[in-house]
Amino acid sequence: MTIPSRKADSIDLAAIEEKLRGAKGKQFWRGLDELAETPRYREFLHNEFGDPDVEKASVSRRDVLKLMAASAAFAGLSGCTKLPTQRIVPYVRQPEEIVPGKPLFYATAMTMGGVARGLLVESNMGRPTKIEGNPDHPASLGATTVFEQAALLTLYDPDRAQAVTNEGRIATWDLFLVALHRARDNHRPGKGSGLRILTETITSPTLGSQIQGLLAEFPQAKWHQFEPVGRDAAREGARMAFGEFVNTVYRFDRADVILSLDSDFLYDGPASVRYARQFADGRDVEMTGGKMNRLYVVESTPSITGSKADHRLPMRSRDVEPFARAVAGKLGMPPGGSTATQVGDAWITALARDLQKHRGRSIVIAGDQQPPIVHALAHAMNSALGNMGETVILTDPIEVNPTDQMQSIGALAADMAAGQVQTLLIFGGNPVYTAPADLQFAKSFLKVPLRIHLSLYDDETSDLCHWNVPAAHFLETWSDARAFDGTITILQPLISPLYNGKSANELLAAFQGEDVPAHDVVKTYWKNRFTAAKQGDEKAFEAFWETSLHDGVVSKTALPGKQVRMSAAAAGGSARLQTGLAPASQDQAEGGLEIVFRPDPTVWDGRFANNGWLQELPKPLTQLTWDNAVMLSPRTAQRLQVTNEDVLSLQYGGRAIRGPVWITPGHADESATVYFGYGRTRAGHVGDEIGYNAYLLWDSRRPWFGSGLQVEKTGEKTRLVTTQFHHSIEHDGKNEDEDSVNAFDRDLVRIATLEEFKRNPGFARDPEEETTRAQSLYPAFPYTGYSWGMSIDLNRCIGCNACSIACQAENNIPVVGKEQVDAGRIMHWIRVDTYFRGGLDNPETVHEPLTCMHCENAPCEVVCPVGATTHSPEGLNEMVYNRCVGTRYCSNNCPYKVRRFNFLLFNDWETPSLKLLRNPNVTVRSRGVMEKCTYCVQRINAVKIETEKQDRAVRDGEILTACQQVCPADAIVFGNINDPKSRVSKLKAQPREYGLLRDLNTRPRTTYLAKLRNPNPEIG
Amino acid sequence: MPQIFHRSTNTLSRLSIYGAAFIVILLGYVLYEISASPYLTEVNVARDQPVPFSHKHHVGELGVDCRYCHTSVEDSSFAGLPPTSTCMTCHSQIWTNSPMLEPVRSSYRTDRSIEWIRVNAVPDFVYFNHSIHVSKGVGCTTCHGPIGDMPLTWRANTMQMEWCLGCHREPELQVRPRQSVFDASYKPPANQLEMGRRLVKEYKIQSLTNCTTCHR
Repeated sequence: MTIPSRKADSIDLAAIEEKLRGAKGKQFWRGLDELAETPRYREFLHNEFGDPDVEKASVSRRDVLKLMAASAAFAGLSGCTKLPTQRIVPYVRQPEEIVPGKPLFYATAMTMGGVARGLLVESNMGRPTKIEGNPDHPASLGATTVFEQAALLTLYDPDRAQAVTNEGRIATWDLFLVALHRARDNHRPGKGSGLRILTETITSPTLGSQIQGLLAEFPQAKWHQFEPVGRDAAREGARMAFGEFVNTVYRFDRADVILSLDSDFLYDGPASVRYARQFADGRDVEMTGGKMNRLYVVESTPSITGSKADHRLPMRSRDVEPFARAVAGKLGMPPGGSTATQVGDAWITALARDLQKHRGRSIVIAGDQQPPIVHALAHAMNSALGNMGETVILTDPIEVNPTDQMQSIGALAADMAAGQVQTLLIFGGNPVYTAPADLQFAKSFLKVPLRIHLSLYDDETSDLCHWNVPAAHFLETWSDARAFDGTITILQPLISPLYNGKSANELLAAFQGEDVPAHDVVKTYWKNRFTAAKQGDEKAFEAFWETSLHDGVVSKTALPGKQVRMSAAAAGGSARLQTGLAPASQDQAEGGLEIVFRPDPTVWDGRFANNGWLQELPKPLTQLTWDNAVMLSPRTAQRLQVTNEDVLSLQYGGRAIRGPVWITPGHADESATVYFGYGRTRAGHVGDEIGYNAYLLWDSRRPWFGSGLQVEKTGEKTRLVTTQFHHSIEHDGKNEDEDSVNAFDRDLVRIATLEEFKRNPGFARDPEEETTRAQSLYPAFPYTGYSWGMSIDLNRCIGCNACSIACQAENNIPVVGKEQVDAGRIMHWIRVDTYFRGGLDNPETVHEPLTCMHCENAPCEVVCPVGATTHSPEGLNEMVYNRCVGTRYCSNNCPYKVRRFNFLLFNDWETPSLKLLRNPNVTVRSRGVMEKCTYCVQRINAVKIETEKQDRAVRDGEILTACQQVCPADAIVFGNINDPKSRVSKLKAQPREYGLLRDLNTRPRTTYLAKLRNPNPEIG
Repeated sequence: MPQIFHRSTNTLSRLSIYGAAFIVILLGYVLYEISASPYLTEVNVARDQPVPFSHKHHVGELGVDCRYCHTSVEDSSFAGLPPTSTCMTCHSQIWTNSPMLEPVRSSYRTDRSIEWIRVNAVPDFVYFNHSIHVSKGVGCTTCHGPIGDMPLTWRANTMQMEWCLGCHREPELQVRPRQSVFDASYKPPANQLEMGRRLVKEYKIQSLTNCTTCHR
């Protein structure tokens, strides 16, 4: 999709900096466009639905009149339609557990990078319709990330691979088996030489035992693993430090001081949800009794974790290693290599002192995109700080076979090039697209005489394979996998494979001559394991199996912590850890910018490229949608004389790509971040041909960053779409009637340091607002029954956007596409606004989720000419779709800009598979209808009906809104504010509570808890 | 200059002005009548079914309880339509050769569902829940009419919003004791209003008329 670029919205960075310096007091800003007051920003400020000329060109005034007349006529007649004849198709034999109209929940898990996160999946009459976290699973605790939420859409994606194909022609599974067995028999004499298996990271015990069984039968065969966004560095770093592979589990619940060395532990990684919860709990002053943990972050690319830091320093990725050495030095370890760093000595000293003050209660965590040496240094520091066994737990590895995957894929590419590979079986993954460019994977791949690919999509790799087998989605098949701490979940299906997909277990079993369903493979493995452990008889096994499936975890499978001695190299502190991957000095010689590779925050390594929910989900911090960009710091952009949307030519390691610039405040200078996952050519209808492909620059020898990037302005511009300044509720500051009305007078985000909070706990309250609140000409409505309200804790919110996508899944919210997002028509009912404070180099960040406030004096209700938005006696601001005629007056009158209008028929009413996706308890809206957050009224009503039947009141916590349920940080709490004992009432009674725009006397039911920071007084 | 229009034109124009208003009102009335007519609402129109199932026979004459077939009426929003196996509990023993029941037997044999024509329906944007109504003392026949007298089933009420609201506004007019909810031959007592008021209190029946009660 191409949108013509418009006349440049020029952003004068120097002027912005000048402006920021001149500002007095608190000043929050949402983006560069706002600071520069570009025409585009002003347009959105005054016109919520932005760009009115999207359709203007095609509709004349006469057409509008015609359409109006016609729609008035049809609106009148629509009441007289006859309901269509419907059929009811009951079962022939009804399964016992199914009660039509009532959902069932099954425990299963989804793997990312091979590692499981436990889920509870809702099934309505056999259709999986919503994914939730499993509260009993250690990696979930009831919440999920954006990826699990969106996995549902992938299941129903009509672009999935749907048939076995051979050389591009549709074949059958049986024909494939013939070919597969012929290949297997050909490999028998050579004991499997020339037979290769390529998988992603595997933690599945069943799959592991199957592969090992195959390798035992074919000892010359080789198993390669490659996960593009892998954890090689963490594995190698552990080996460097301890002489063996270990898995690291962090206890953020015990940590008072945390140093992140370029680690985005709140968003990225198999335990991010758990860590986010523990981290947020550790900052909840009411929970901890006035204490807060303190987070230091050094990083190149602004991340979620960086946005929560009390002290954040942007630095190039390659400067993290010397920085770590410098900190290690201050901790009393001989520093080893170079400690040359731009960071002031006072800063490091203060940090080191803080760490030392919290021995055994601190964590030093290194990012997966940092080289092994940094991980080893982090381990050494944790060891020196006495954190081992306290906040840092070491266990055996969770992978079946931990390997250096970059080496593994390199070896495979080399062997293929040398013609040593006869048969290559690829289980998942898309190496032709994701393999580092220097390996020239595709070229050598074509030398393999038989290439077989098991894949969810007909992707770039499938295109080059002889045989393609459609893979079963994880909701369609059986398997098992380990979580970050080793806990095993047996994955169970919710639905039969929609397209006869096969799982890796089935394909491997078929290779070995047993064409059995995955269920049998997995259950047989567990039966053998159960019997081998002599845990009981057949009956005991069935009980164990049922319990494990029901709970979503196999009990007592978490790996125990173990004592590991630091290896000789690391024992002497960092002095002997001298072998970094790319010594800083050598790199500097190359000149140019640093290039940093990152997985995209939403489409990840590209596997979710065809997922519309993730494509449209604004990326945290930048709020970009439908694209990847080249991130530059404002200063670097200024030096290069480039601005947003300028297309650059990037040359690195002899290869070149082109990508548009996005200036990112807080990015490290002289560094450019590029994101994987875009520039796909065979992703599907949604994901093809958008963005640039960063894999084309990827170098397996310098996996996550490197120097020597040359950039060149091409003179072209492209259109990037960000929602950063959509739905802005700032005042434009230009109203002449009131003096001193300024943008920052609205106090939308309120923030204080822990010290300030202790001195003045009510800092967020404004007495003036409180008085205006009480004023009304009308008698107050008595809310006697339930009274629903919500509290959002800005101190907990990490800005991961999981709420937006969970809401989308729960409430049948459509995807609108890049062009419509650009016109300000994104449909998300809850958005996460990002505010910055301070200079462009390293601003502070505040995330603020915003959704319908369910105002008691709702401005939208009084202006609706047809009574389509009304108020319920329980305080809900209701939206009645079937009454709405689309005047948009309500939206015009909403000071929070939370209403969303279906300008077009955004919901797909045609595609059969997408009909299965929808929540049956929420109307699928049509064109011309306004919609907005309902506080998940379908969930409220369902619980209320159950409790009424049982003749009791709704218990606190019984109703969870979708956004609340998914929130990893537990920032959103919903409940009955008429019950003083409910959680939400207690939160609203806290001194940090404040409401948005309360001075308008809207009496919002959703209120906020102000954010706190805990800076180190020594740094200030 | 002679008059162009005859004097009677005055009367005619007055008539047509008032007449136009009358026509608009008449049109509105006609539309209303059409929308409430059995042609659109299908009230009292018996529907042909693949098997001519008679509630009159099963309920009125044999006294089979509603919940024998509509099993989820107390638990779920949907009352449930019986799977073929429920029919076959009896019809594997009686009327085993009846040609009328061949679709039932064939369904059981071939594992293909019987496709019934829906009689009672509300639009997709209305979320009706059987279980809560049953539990609050709304009888089956209150909405579904004299089901025990229906040889082929027809819709007894319009199921239009106005009709729903009638009861939601004044539940005391319709509510009955819980033990009589499934009684197809139930007749409201003479003191309905008095009993209704008592039951409304006893069953904690709320008069829910806000939009999201039914529309989400």
